[in-house]
Amino acid sequence: MAPTSKLSLGIKRASRSHAYHRRGLWAIKAKHGGAFPKAEKPAAAAEPKFYPADDVKPRAPSTRKPKQTKLRHTTSPLRRDLAWRSSSPNWSADLIEIGSSWPLQVDHHARDGADPARGTLHGEESRVSQAAQVRPAPCHRSFFSFYCSGPFKINGVPIRRVNQTYVIATSTKVDISGVDVSKYDDKYFARDKKKKVKKTEGELFDTEKEAAKSLPDFKKDDQKAVDAALIKAIESVPDLKTYLGARFSLRDGDKPHEMVF
Amino acid sequence: MPFKRFVEIGRVALVNYGKDYGRLVVIVDVVDQNRALVDAPDMVRCQMNFKRLSLTDIKIDIKRVPKKSTLIKAMEEADVKGKWENSSWGKKLIVQKRRAALNDFDRFKVMLAKIKRGGAVRQELAKLKKAATA
Repeated sequence: MAPTSKLSLGIKRASRSHAYHRRGLWAIKAKHGGAFPKAEKPAAAAEPKFYPADDVKPRAPSTRKPKQTKLRHTTSPLRRDLAWRSSSPNWSADLIEIGSSWPLQVDHHARDGADPARGTLHGEESRVSQAAQVRPAPCHRSFFSFYCSGPFKINGVPIRRVNQTYVIATSTKVDISGVDVSKYDDKYFARDKKKKVKKTEGELFDTEKEAAKSLPDFKKDDQKAVDAALIKAIESVPDLKTYLGARFSLRDGDKPHEMVF
Repeated sequence: MPFKRFVEIGRVALVNYGKDYGRLVVIVDVVDQNRALVDAPDMVRCQMNFKRLSLTDIKIDIKRVPKKSTLIKAMEEADVKGKWENSSWGKKLIVQKRRAALNDFDRFKVMLAKIKRGGAVRQELAKLKKAATA
């Protein structure tokens, strides 16, 4: 645009007719048959039935896309390889899971968290065999997690996802080429939607009626299938089975910042 | 009570502070009251304060400031590495390094081995006690 006149703010460099010519309004008018095209006014909205009591701005949905979490290089199957692959690697690392932040679920997970019977200060962590790595889940949280399995027979850890922040990867490796991991993805682990059942007044306090949660059979079979291959690989290494069955804990004199995992 | 390990040309010392911590070096010349010129086969010759050096029992036969190749030859003839690794000091350091590099799985195996060893010792002790009281 032409610079404004230095005389004063609002006094333009080009005069009204000069600006008209420069902007080509004559050409636009000619194109539309002599008149300047007018935008149609949108139809007036009907009077809303309900005005909210407070003038509250509607919350705009967040357009922030969280960054894809990178796989920590210490947890990658190929220790030096920073790029993770979606195909299942041929081997996996043993992981130490830090279980203290897990919610206590039904059945198997009561082993994690502080165990008051043993008097440990912080939770003992279980050692777990990592089955495969997974891409950041295409869900609203893009976290990088692993699929791992105890194996269940050895230490009670089922096939589950674990976030890499809850894990210390060790340099011990187990050959998992015999394990088929392709069918596990986020949908497999999605929670069942609870159906809301309206309780009558008498039934509100009836706790017996709450449905017992149990694992569907196909999941149990999957567990067995994965573990069969894993256990074979594990038993080929002496002491590895007892190692996976044992809990990890720190003792007096341990310096975790100096320990090599 | 007299001193046995002297700062002299050819004395092998262990660096106990700084960038070269843990390295075995040979004193090749003395710069002044506090510093020595120090050399090792895989290192550029440099000066070090005596405070950074821990003298060992090992001494090699070299002239003042020998050439690198002469130094290496003299070290091999005196078998500095072998003597060091067989000395109790050297053995301790090797064990320390090994322990620091243990994997979590290795540490677990060590624990199992210690338990086993302790069990075996206790069994023998029990046998001996029984024999003594019998």
